[in-house]
Amino acid sequence: MKIALFVPCIVDQFYPHVAVSAVRILRRLGHEVVFPVEQTCCGQPAFNSGYHAEARRVAKRLVKVFSGADSIVSVSGSCTTMVTCFYPKWLMDPALAGDVRHIASHMYEFSDFLVNQLQTVDVGARFPHKVTYHDACHGLRELRIKSEPRQLLAAVRELELVEMDNAEECCGFGGTFAVKFTEISTAMGNDKITGVCATGADYLTAGDSSCLMHLNGLLKRQNIPIQTIHYAEILANQ
Amino acid sequence: MHDFKQAAHDNLTNTHLRQTLRKSTRTSLLKRSQVVQELGEDTWQQLRRRAHQIKKETIAHLDEYLEQLEAHLTEQGVQVFWAETAAEANDYIIQLAKREGASFVVKSKSMTTEEIDLNPALQAAGINPIETDLGEYIVQLAGERPSHITAPALHKSREDIARLFQEKLGIDYTDNPQELTKIARQKLRQKFLTAKIGVSGVNFAIAENGTLVVIENEANARLCMTLPDVHVAVMGIEKVIPKLEHLPTFLRLLPRSATGQKFTSYVSLIRGAQSSGKAVHLVLLDNGRSEMLADPRFHQALYCIRCGACLNTCPVYQRVGGHTYGWVYPGPIGAILTPKYQGLTQGKDLPFASSLCGSCTDICPVQIDLHHLLLWLRQAVVSSGSDRHLIEAVAMKFWTITMISPLLYRLASRLVRWLPQRAFHYIPGWTETRDFPSPAPKTFREIWNESLK
Repeated sequence: MKIALFVPCIVDQFYPHVAVSAVRILRRLGHEVVFPVEQTCCGQPAFNSGYHAEARRVAKRLVKVFSGADSIVSVSGSCTTMVTCFYPKWLMDPALAGDVRHIASHMYEFSDFLVNQLQTVDVGARFPHKVTYHDACHGLRELRIKSEPRQLLAAVRELELVEMDNAEECCGFGGTFAVKFTEISTAMGNDKITGVCATGADYLTAGDSSCLMHLNGLLKRQNIPIQTIHYAEILANQ
Repeated sequence: MHDFKQAAHDNLTNTHLRQTLRKSTRTSLLKRSQVVQELGEDTWQQLRRRAHQIKKETIAHLDEYLEQLEAHLTEQGVQVFWAETAAEANDYIIQLAKREGASFVVKSKSMTTEEIDLNPALQAAGINPIETDLGEYIVQLAGERPSHITAPALHKSREDIARLFQEKLGIDYTDNPQELTKIARQKLRQKFLTAKIGVSGVNFAIAENGTLVVIENEANARLCMTLPDVHVAVMGIEKVIPKLEHLPTFLRLLPRSATGQKFTSYVSLIRGAQSSGKAVHLVLLDNGRSEMLADPRFHQALYCIRCGACLNTCPVYQRVGGHTYGWVYPGPIGAILTPKYQGLTQGKDLPFASSLCGSCTDICPVQIDLHHLLLWLRQAVVSSGSDRHLIEAVAMKFWTITMISPLLYRLASRLVRWLPQRAFHYIPGWTETRDFPSPAPKTFREIWNESLK
């Protein structure tokens, strides 16, 4: 299958190995992966901040870049949500309507794609560590992805998956919320970390690099020796 | 003007308050999830869908149902007063109290009367409002406002209440809930017996037969509605439901969502004044609701049945408490109602003070798309210019120009990597509490072009 990769800007800039991991896994499974280099961002930062005109210009570009692709995979639940849930409700442009519908119904979050489209749970990974999974909100409550990443992680050799009590509670990132309401965001993040620490896990994983950036920032500042890692990187490890 | 951030800061640094909030909201959520599980997830979801449909139909034909309601109430001898504003509603109730020669009124719990500031208005007219719901009584004793829609004193621990009673009522310290309740009851009993006017809210009003429905646990609402000669009920126009057969759906959803009860201790259905010989008045309050009704994006906020579940589940509410929101309705629903009813300037921070996690939408018994409404409100705040952030607006322009040009995007990526490491050590709003990562040595697209293509 020919798969077009959508790499969110935060992954492109800060965590490129998350996307590299996705490429490796998909190729290992025998698929062709393409990366349309004209892509930039889905527009979510401006959209969530209330700057819809600005977001619209950026979103329209993304629609055009991916208009020819039949399977689009993204390593972010949040950016996938922007395209699959919000574009159809918000990006009203008669000239683009067909393309918007197409991209919205052909983009998948990575774990959803592996488990539900490729029907693959075991991707041949090995990761000898104790890991806990954080349900990032967009993936969980907009895309209803809950079991997929857990199934994938459970199939990783030597990986011990432990659940935290507050797995479904928001980590407090929330895009610009994290900087506009630093104190509230931090309080939420610290409560999340308390739940992570209680599991005794060495690694905290999730499907959104943005949540992990926030949580990793808190962990590092407090010298807590728990590593954060996108689950795609775990799945790429052999 | 109310400062959300300052209030949030004060409450976040108040360890005692944070523990109280955490404990109370967790207990409510736990009880709720137990009674929902007992009912079964499928049944629960069916009920939510049904309630949403009923509300949708009602709000779409609100004028017709209100006219039906008025006609049936009038037939039964109930005086119906349409109040366009809070002031009109208050004036009506004050005139009524004056006519009756009442020096005080007994009140049962009603967020709508909080919304119109009935208590201060009565006081200014020399009439003493006496709250008879235990939670409201506590809040009134403390000279505060409710911090929660269904649990007004949620921000107070048992010890806080014991100290308050000791100080204000001059009794010996006790933190035994039964004893505290008994003391409040003794104080209130005399008031019930001598009150000339009782004021209540309304949970549902049935259009087809003119029935007012009030649900409660303490029977104080029942006393307010039956002992005094005059009963004044105050309701927002959105509380009407078309038929009696619609009521059970809501009676199954509301107590479970609000207090984790299968049913409240009391459900009162009031049908007119003829049988009791008492005078019954209904104040139908608009106060911004018609305007909301006219806004297709937001009119679903009128579906709200005021259960407070979205407050309990909200990670922001759980940490900052209800008073932080600055008006009567806190939490996710408050973050919509405040800017809509009080103006975008008054509530400008509220739509942004959410991580948009969506747990409010999942818990809402009438399926209001709460967190998406917050998202649309953000756009309304920005485009109205109610909250100008020049730097943010300029940054958004630059961001847009960069993101629509792959060339500029690549150039900006380069530029960022030329900056010294320490440039990332101070990112306002971020690095006060968290480390910020340095950009990766190479972007993904560079790696792709070099070795993955």
